[in-house]
Amino acid sequence: MTDLAGRKLRVATTSLAGCFGCHMSLLDIDERLFSLLEKIELDRSPLTDIKELGRCDIGIVEGGVCNAENVRVLREFRDRCRTLVAIGACAVTGGLPAQRNHLDLGLCLQEVYKTEPSLSKGLIPDDPELPLPLDKVHPLHEVVKIDYFIPGCPPSADAIWSFLSDLIAGRTPRLGPGLISYD
Amino acid sequence: MTEAHPLETADRPGLRRVAIDPLTRVEGHGKVTLLLDEEGQVRQARLHIVEFRGFEKFIQGRPYWEVPVMVQRLCGICPVSHHLAASKAMDQVVGADTLTPTAEKVRRLMHYGQILQSHALHFFHLSSPDLLFGFDSEVARRNLVGVAAAYPDLARRGVLLRRFGQEVIRVTAGKRIHGTGSVPGGVNRSVAPGERRTLRAEATRIVDWSRDAVQLARRLFEQNLRTFREFATFPAHSLQLVRDDGALDLYHGGLRARTRDGATIFDHVDYSTYWEQVFEEVKPWSYMKFPYLRALGPEEGWYRVGPLTRVTGCDFIPSPLAEMQRREFLAFDGGSAAKATLGFHWARMIEMLHAAEVIAALLDDEDISGRELTTRGERRGRGVGVLEAPRGTLIHHYRVNEQDMVIRANLIVSTTHNNEAMNRAVREVARRYLDGRRLTEGLLNHVEVAIRAFDPCLSCATHALGQMPLALELVDADGSRLDRLVRD
Repeated sequence: MTDLAGRKLRVATTSLAGCFGCHMSLLDIDERLFSLLEKIELDRSPLTDIKELGRCDIGIVEGGVCNAENVRVLREFRDRCRTLVAIGACAVTGGLPAQRNHLDLGLCLQEVYKTEPSLSKGLIPDDPELPLPLDKVHPLHEVVKIDYFIPGCPPSADAIWSFLSDLIAGRTPRLGPGLISYD
Repeated sequence: MTEAHPLETADRPGLRRVAIDPLTRVEGHGKVTLLLDEEGQVRQARLHIVEFRGFEKFIQGRPYWEVPVMVQRLCGICPVSHHLAASKAMDQVVGADTLTPTAEKVRRLMHYGQILQSHALHFFHLSSPDLLFGFDSEVARRNLVGVAAAYPDLARRGVLLRRFGQEVIRVTAGKRIHGTGSVPGGVNRSVAPGERRTLRAEATRIVDWSRDAVQLARRLFEQNLRTFREFATFPAHSLQLVRDDGALDLYHGGLRARTRDGATIFDHVDYSTYWEQVFEEVKPWSYMKFPYLRALGPEEGWYRVGPLTRVTGCDFIPSPLAEMQRREFLAFDGGSAAKATLGFHWARMIEMLHAAEVIAALLDDEDISGRELTTRGERRGRGVGVLEAPRGTLIHHYRVNEQDMVIRANLIVSTTHNNEAMNRAVREVARRYLDGRRLTEGLLNHVEVAIRAFDPCLSCATHALGQMPLALELVDADGSRLDRLVRD
């Protein structure tokens, strides 16, 4: 499907603090992937080697926000994508990684990397190349405005297919019976 | 800079930084940084894992039966590995030392379904563009879309092979990603006869296609022999599980380690005391730890896991077509592919063929539709579960208190074992291909090609922050053990 100017829609995807399960569920549309790829052009995504995000029609973000780099990437996606979609439990609520929110991050790092007696030399990784972890894991909408939320861990391939088909065709996406899950 | 790890840490300040960020067509979040001097010589090259999660920490206080379902959320590509490794550990906790035939076979079916789908995904969806088009081919084409345009049948087969593996997972686990089929002591469902027949009807074609995929991997190696046999290649020690008779077994076995020259370090070791063999080290520039074989120490003891290690390190593959392919692989070009980093792809396809054969055989077995699903025995306070995940040896270790709460957890995921080996591959490529040259996108992709060979699952590696057990030994002057204390 193309937009009014006859151009393929440009779609970017990324995974922040997620497990890639939502990307896998997208691939679970199986052969329908090929018809999807006829209608869209992939921009930055773990499936391509495009590292710089361009101007996009749709941005799909998996995972919550757990460090400074996630914040930067998410803001960039909001800035450059006309429609921004939070896909899966982690993006929508923080998900399982947000279970660490009731723990003290400093103590957690301390315990894992420093006081652990079996390590030959204990130290907390602190190289400037490592983005700073946030003290809490946040759902996407706490950082930027999100246009659509697809719940599920992960949302089923049929849900993703139905959602994208609607969006690409210019309809308001609606997930019908059996397509919304909160597992 | 230590002698043991040249190029790991630059010898002087003021160097120019080049980053490959984010790594693409790999699972998870990582980046590579290079530091170069005025002549463009690489002085430092590192693979960083840039996120910190804490799964082992926050499952503490959860009831043990939740764990197999929770921890699989470490990874959406290989959730079954974590689902099953945790289940195996919890089998020990509930005292289920021997599962019912139905439970054992349904779990194996689930696991080999996962091996098949993960290997297909890695080869076709992620790595094939480099191998088919060339490492420095045009970036816009270097992805699955490009493969689908140039080789539509190949791309379609890749998608359908993965689909079959995912369907095997669905009928055994309940859903394709993050299923619930395996529980402490067994499984909570068996395979409905109708689903068994449907999948069995497809299995023959899947075996054929897997055999073709091995041939394709071989052909690509042959066509680029001079590059492929040397690219990012270095000798490494190895670690894997093998069956009692030395056969390849990805679901269960004893630990085997060999030196880079093939000498045995240990063999058929019971994995429930894995910490006597493997230790870990932290480096300030990565959240991923660096494991090593204790027998060889932190400098020398790094090793490699995964398909290449398994296919070359087992005594045989217990399925006829894959075994034939294994022999060809070992004999090829005087053994060069079996040593090469890019030999990983070929070995991975041999394992995919093996998985297809195992699945076909299990689908013929009526036990997978049986009704005896779980067993129980004497309740214990700890459990260790180890299996060979698609990417290598996966270790789960839990302690559970009398109130059924998890009080301690340690996970060593496959990709973590390969941490030093992947860094070495990066440095090898940096030295060989990047030194003194203008760094184009295509040249930088060479670094990623080396990393992709290992099929790293950086998201697994990100989540897992382990707490290794501690073993103290009191040894007298003659070296004999007086006493021993283990905190696990």
